[in-house]
Amino acid sequence: MRDIAVVAFSQSACVADIGAVNEVELIMPQLQAVYAQVGLSSAQDVDFVCSGSCDYLQGAAFAFVAGVDALGAVPPLKESHVEMDAAWALYEAVLKIRTGHADSALLYGFGKSSPGELPAVLSQRLDPYYLAPLWLDTVSLAALQARMLLDSGSITESDMAAVVSRSRQNAQANPLAQLAGDIGVAALLQDDYLLAPLRRGDCAPVSDGAAAMIIATVEQARRWGVPYARLTGIDQRIESHNPCMRDLTDSVSTRQAAAAAGVHEAALDVAEIYAPFSHQEIILTRALGLDEAIAVNPSGGVLAGNLMMASGLARVGEVFQRIVNGDARRGVAHATSGPCLQHNLVAVLEGA
Amino acid sequence: MSTARPDVTGIEAPVYLHYHFTAGTAPARFLVRLREGLLSGQRCPRCAKVYIPARGSCPACGVPTTEEVLLPDRGTVQSFTIVHIPIPGNPIEPPYVVANIVLDGANISFIHLLSDCVNEAVRIGQRVEAVWRPPEEWDYAMDNIRHFRPLDEPDVPVERIGTLPVSGPAVPR
Amino acid sequence: MAITEKLSQEFELGFTYTRSTGPVVGRFLTGLRDGRVLGIRGSDGRVLVPPPEYDPVTAEALSDWVEVGQEGTVVSWCWVSEPRASHPLQQPFAWVMVRLDGADVPMIHCLQAPSAEAVSTGARVRVTWVAEPRGHITDIRCFVPVPGGVS
Ligand SMILES: [Zn+2]
Repeated sequence: MRDIAVVAFSQSACVADIGAVNEVELIMPQLQAVYAQVGLSSAQDVDFVCSGSCDYLQGAAFAFVAGVDALGAVPPLKESHVEMDAAWALYEAVLKIRTGHADSALLYGFGKSSPGELPAVLSQRLDPYYLAPLWLDTVSLAALQARMLLDSGSITESDMAAVVSRSRQNAQANPLAQLAGDIGVAALLQDDYLLAPLRRGDCAPVSDGAAAMIIATVEQARRWGVPYARLTGIDQRIESHNPCMRDLTDSVSTRQAAAAAGVHEAALDVAEIYAPFSHQEIILTRALGLDEAIAVNPSGGVLAGNLMMASGLARVGEVFQRIVNGDARRGVAHATSGPCLQHNLVAVLEGA
Repeated sequence: MSTARPDVTGIEAPVYLHYHFTAGTAPARFLVRLREGLLSGQRCPRCAKVYIPARGSCPACGVPTTEEVLLPDRGTVQSFTIVHIPIPGNPIEPPYVVANIVLDGANISFIHLLSDCVNEAVRIGQRVEAVWRPPEEWDYAMDNIRHFRPLDEPDVPVERIGTLPVSGPAVPR
Repeated sequence: MAITEKLSQEFELGFTYTRSTGPVVGRFLTGLRDGRVLGIRGSDGRVLVPPPEYDPVTAEALSDWVEVGQEGTVVSWCWVSEPRASHPLQQPFAWVMVRLDGADVPMIHCLQAPSAEAVSTGARVRVTWVAEPRGHITDIRCFVPVPGGVS
C-alpha cells in the first residue's frame, strides 16, 4: 500500500456570520494558502480534487457545483464531491491514491451556515417518516443523549462544563477560534439551560468558513520538498440512523474505526476530536481510549468554532500542523457526521 | 375510527426552510452597479478574460478577480432559443426569444430576453442592445433591463463572438 | 470604488414532496390513524417501535407484527423552552424517548408537561391522539404524564 503524506493545510477563522461572501469567495483564500505552502500554481498541479459541503446549510441549490469556480477547471479536473464533512473527501482521496489512481489530491470543505437555521436544517437528515416530520433537531437529540449519560452516572454536568472550560482556555492560543476565554466550571454552571440538560456553552457555535488540504504520496511530497506528516491509518464506520437503535452513551463506530486505523499501535501525544457537544467529547475520548497524558483538542476543538462540513478535515489539519511544527510526534484526528455521533472517521498521523 | 378506510400508502412530507441570504462581494458589486444602470464585470489577473456577472473568481484559472470593468450595454447573440411553451410562474407569453448575449468587452455570455424583433430572423452573431426600464424603476435586479433588441449593424462572425473589445461608453441610457 | 452595501434577502425554500410509505411504514401509520400503536418483532426477538422495514441485525424483511401498549416509561428527555414554529407543540415541552409497554426499544416524540420539573427519567407517560388522525406520525399529538406514575 502506498504511504500517504499530508503536505498542506489552511483554515479560515470561524465567524458567526461572514456576510457578503459567497462559496467561491469562502473557498478561494484557503486554496490559495495551500497552493502557496507547496508552491503550486493551481488545482491543475494535483491529480484529484474532492470537496465536502451541504447545499442546505445556505439554501443555495448546487452551491457545491458553483464552488468549482474556485478551482480553475480549464482544462477539466478529475473532481468529486461528498455531501458530508470534507474529512470524508480526504477518505475518498486516500483511497484514490492508495489504489494508484492519483499521486496527489486537493481537498476542501466549506460551510456558510449563518443564512439558515442550522439545527432545523440538520433535522431533515433524520428518518423522513418517523422523526423528520417532528422537526426534532440536532441540539435536542444531543440533549437526549447527554441526559442518558447523566442518568447513568458516568458523567456529571461539571464534567461537561470542564470540557467547555478547557476548550475556551485552549482556544485563547488559536487566533481562528470564535469562542475563547478564561472561564471556569463554576461560572459555566451558572448559565441557564439552552435545552436542558445542555447549556449554550455545551453546544458548538454556528460558524461560517472553509478549510483546505493537500495530500500526496510520500514520494511526491519529497519531490515537492515540503515538510509533511504521514497519514498512517484512516477508517470510518456508520451506525443506524435511528438514535433509538443505538447505545447513545457509547460510540461503537468510533472504537471500531480507531482500532482499524491503528490508533494504539504506538504512543500518542495529541488528539483533535470533532465533538459538537461537550458530553460527546467525553464519549469520544473514552471510545478512542485516550488517557490523561494526551492533549485533547489543543486548538479548542469545535466547541470554540464549528465549520460545518469542514471541521472534520480541520481536525486532521490541526494534528498535521502540530506534527510539522514539532509540537507532536503522533496524533489522532476524529470527524463525525449525523445526529448523536452516528458516523465517525478516525485518522492517525505521524512525523515523517 | 372506520376500518373501512383504505390503508395508508403515502404521506405528505412538505419541508419549508427559511434563509437570510446575503450576496457575495462580487455579486453584490454587480447588483449595486446594476441599480445605477451600469453593467459591471471583473477581469482575470491571469488570463485577462472579463466575466459578467462575476462570482469573484476566474473559473478557468482559479484565481480571485477584483479589477472592475464597466461594460457597454451592447452585445452579440451567442446562442438563442424560441420558447413556445408557457413556463409555470413565468408571466411572459410565448412565443419569445431567450438568448445568450455577450456584451462587447466581455468574454462570457449571460441569458436575457430578446424582443422588438422578428423571432424567425434572430440569429447567432446578431448585434443587440439593452432596453432599460425607466431609472425610477431600477432595483438590484437584472430586469432593470427589460430586454435586448436588435441593432442595425453587421453580424459578428461566429469565431469572433465573445472576443470583441469594449465598443463604447458604459453609461446608463 | 468600494461597495459598502450589504445585499440580503429573506427567502423560503420549499420542498412539497409526498412520500410512498411501503407496506411496513404504511401499516404502522394506518395503525396510528386507527388509534393503535404497532411494532414489529426483530430476529433477536425484540419488539421495535416504530417498525423498521428490515431487521437491524440480519437485514431480513420483517413482518411479525405486534400491537404494543399506549403507556410507557421515559428513557430520556430534554426540555425545549423555546419551541420552533415547526415543532409539534408551541408551548415549552419535552422531547422524550419512551419505551412503550410491550416494546423493547424506545421511540421519540414530544411530551406535554407544565415545566421541566414535572418530567423525569422513569416517569410513566401515555399517548394522546389528535382529533382527526390521517395516518401520520403526528397523529400522536404528544405524550402526557400518567398521574402518579413512576416505574
Ligand atoms: Zn483567468
